[in-house]
Amino acid sequence: MRTALVLLFLLALAAIPGSLIPQQKVDASAVAAFRSAHPSLAPWFDRLGMFSVYTSPWFSAVYLLLMVSLIGCFIPRLRLYAKATRARPPKAPRNLARFSSFDSYVTDATPGDVSERARSLLSAQRRRVDVYEDGSGGVVVAAEKGYLREAGNLVFHFAVLVVLVGLAITSLYGFKGGVAVVQGESFSNTLIQYDDFSPGGRFRSSQLAPFSFKVDTFSAAYKPTEPGRGTPLHFDAGLTVRDQPGATPYRYDLRVNHPLQVDGTSVFLVGHGYAPVITVRDGKGNIAYSGPVVFLPLDGTFTSYGVVKAPDAQPTQLGLEGYFFPTGAVDQTNHPVSIFPGLGNPVISFVAYHGNLGLDSGVPQSVYVLDKKHLKTYDRANGRPKVLLLKVGDSARLKDGSVRFDGVRPWVKLQISHSPGKLVPLSGVLLAIAGLLGSLFIRPRRTWVRATPGAGGTLVEIAVLDRASGGNPDDHVDQVSSTLQAGEDSA
Amino acid sequence: MTDTLSQLSNLAITGATIVYFVAMLAHVTEWASARQITATPVVARPALRRRVTVPATAAPATTMPASDVPAPDRNSDGEENIDRFGRIGFSLTVLAVGLHLAGVVTRGAAAGRVPWGNMYEFATTGTLAVVLAYLVLVLRYKVRWLGLPVTSFALLILGLAVLLLYRPISPLVPALHSYWLAIHVLAAAIASGGFTVGALASILYLVKSRAERNAAACHDDRRTGYLWRLPTSEAIDRIAYRVHAFAFPLWTFAVLAGAIWAQYAWGRFWGWDPKETWAFITWVAYAAYLHARATAGWQGRAAAYVALVGYSTFLFNFVGINLFGSGLHSYSGM
Ligand code: HEM
Repeated sequence: MRTALVLLFLLALAAIPGSLIPQQKVDASAVAAFRSAHPSLAPWFDRLGMFSVYTSPWFSAVYLLLMVSLIGCFIPRLRLYAKATRARPPKAPRNLARFSSFDSYVTDATPGDVSERARSLLSAQRRRVDVYEDGSGGVVVAAEKGYLREAGNLVFHFAVLVVLVGLAITSLYGFKGGVAVVQGESFSNTLIQYDDFSPGGRFRSSQLAPFSFKVDTFSAAYKPTEPGRGTPLHFDAGLTVRDQPGATPYRYDLRVNHPLQVDGTSVFLVGHGYAPVITVRDGKGNIAYSGPVVFLPLDGTFTSYGVVKAPDAQPTQLGLEGYFFPTGAVDQTNHPVSIFPGLGNPVISFVAYHGNLGLDSGVPQSVYVLDKKHLKTYDRANGRPKVLLLKVGDSARLKDGSVRFDGVRPWVKLQISHSPGKLVPLSGVLLAIAGLLGSLFIRPRRTWVRATPGAGGTLVEIAVLDRASGGNPDDHVDQVSSTLQAGEDSA
Repeated sequence: MTDTLSQLSNLAITGATIVYFVAMLAHVTEWASARQITATPVVARPALRRRVTVPATAAPATTMPASDVPAPDRNSDGEENIDRFGRIGFSLTVLAVGLHLAGVVTRGAAAGRVPWGNMYEFATTGTLAVVLAYLVLVLRYKVRWLGLPVTSFALLILGLAVLLLYRPISPLVPALHSYWLAIHVLAAAIASGGFTVGALASILYLVKSRAERNAAACHDDRRTGYLWRLPTSEAIDRIAYRVHAFAFPLWTFAVLAGAIWAQYAWGRFWGWDPKETWAFITWVAYAAYLHARATAGWQGRAAAYVALVGYSTFLFNFVGINLFGSGLHSYSGM
């Protein structure tokens, strides 16, 4: 018991750092921001696993120890319990008066009468009852109930194991992946189409169900007025889904809390953003890039950040880095800001670069980051980089080409996951709650009634011992005592 | 219509806050008027032993209950006073709960949804769960002695809600458009009502058991003050345990329902989001409390401290993470 207590404390303590320090799996960009803000602390945090606490060796050690201890005390307790289910109520201790829940009275009834009434009263209350004679001519009724408490407790602890094992199975055989799909584009469920993919240890890519879908429409509505202006009201993505290549397509309305299920795989709508459609022409007038570019939202008004790369531009490669404002306005310091998450007055503001994008260096690059090592800005007379501000339909001339802001398309962030064996942890959950209720609300209780013949009549002693806290043994003593006495009055 | 309802709700909540304040004053007076008055020692079971006629031969060691000693006369006026203020405090609490309930219900009706969508609503609904838990306990276990702590708590939280957390009604963000919101938050709110009353009882238990120890150590028989009108520390401890034992399975259910909802909305049961993490920490802390009560050397005061640690993790989740945290569960509206 003491070990379990210490381990529970350790588990609670060990869970704390991960809620205060950004976690790689929860919010990767917060981790990146933390790294740049605390350059000397970050390496230490890395060594201690502070950015992925819940998979770190020390966290795993605590909960594995807890599991071992759980199993370690489960098995002997099961054995003890098996014995206890067949046990008889224990004999009455010699001195019942030392119990704090105790009562006694003297009566004319014989010990045999008293004990018979006590036996039928206690049996009627569904207690296990034994009646025996003690050495001095008295009769004792010993009763016990509440054996199911321990069963409930065992079920609960076992169910905790079931839940954990079940979760381990679903993540071992399942997968989880994310992808951003621009409205009008399609996704088919193959590995290369995912932006990020984390398979379980036993996952095989042949498990990927061969479905595909197209995002036909996406609409988001925001509250237009105060109070709470800009609060999202609903997100809605219209999909055309094919369960298999060649299957008849059907439409599906994908919303938050309304996932798409295909062959045990679920598709969830977890986010959205804007993809400005941009055309870049190079110095020769040829189109070097044209199409929607996914910009990542930075705040509740959907000010978004993104980059455009045009590696085929001649004579020099071109890159853009900038911000998108769905409802653009200008603040006091003359900087563009977004004042509403909906598309009111879409504006992009960007800085253009020329030189080498570094795509041939062999190091994989994120599509959301511009490697500026070999890039130069176009500068103004004062030496500061030129910032270009475009509305839909506007274009801007660069020395080595031009940029046009053609329009905006929404994109949706989808999480796609397969969790086989979900029913195992779910049934564990139900089992745990049932066991817990038994463990907390069934109270094992021993009752003894002893009737001893004496000079002035029969001395009846009643004592109750509760083996779990929270009950009210005094009430039970009162009840037994007064029922027995009432029985005599009427007899 | 919506505007009228929401104004009615604000009015009812403000009214409830004021009535809680007056109820608290009544309970303060109740405690204060006990200052000079000796409490009749609390008898474990006054109803019993009426028929005890112990024969000289087989005398078990029974003691005369102290209640048979007539109480000094000057006490009886004071007794009446204490009781009167206690009753006034309780009646006012019932009135305040009525207003409070009306405020929460009209808020929900005005918003056309469950009234727990932001921090103001969590606070008003959560406090309602606390006082309702108290009322149920008064009916079942006669715990009117919890009146002062409970009304003070209700006043504090409702006051903060009205003054600092208030936000006009706004619609729910899409992530909350689910019947799981009703299930998950309702279970959490009831559990938190239990945890709060449990924490208040645990504090009283700690105070009372210290007083008992001190009195025993100094052979001090002056039992004046309200403290000595509270039940014995064991009885308080029993109430504290009962409330915790009621709240813990509900909290377990709330956490698990949240995990199932998360699987349904986000495609994963558990993601160690800060809110989830602290709900888990609270759960583990209260499991430690239940274990402590069954571990030799940890029963009594130590276990009560563990319960208070559990409660502080719960408060941190509600206040700290809602206000300063980020993550998927940021619905505080602050
Ligand atoms: C995930 C970890 C655990 C949780 C959530 C948990 C929870 C609980 C709960 C809620 C109770 C009921 C307390 C009561 O009956 O009043 C309990 C009792 C108990 N637990 Fe655990 N437990 C855990 C791990 C362990 C471990 C590792 C052990 C063994 C070393 C253990 C041994 C016991 C025992 C012996 C009892 C019975 C106490 C009694 O008779 O009242 N538990 N546990």
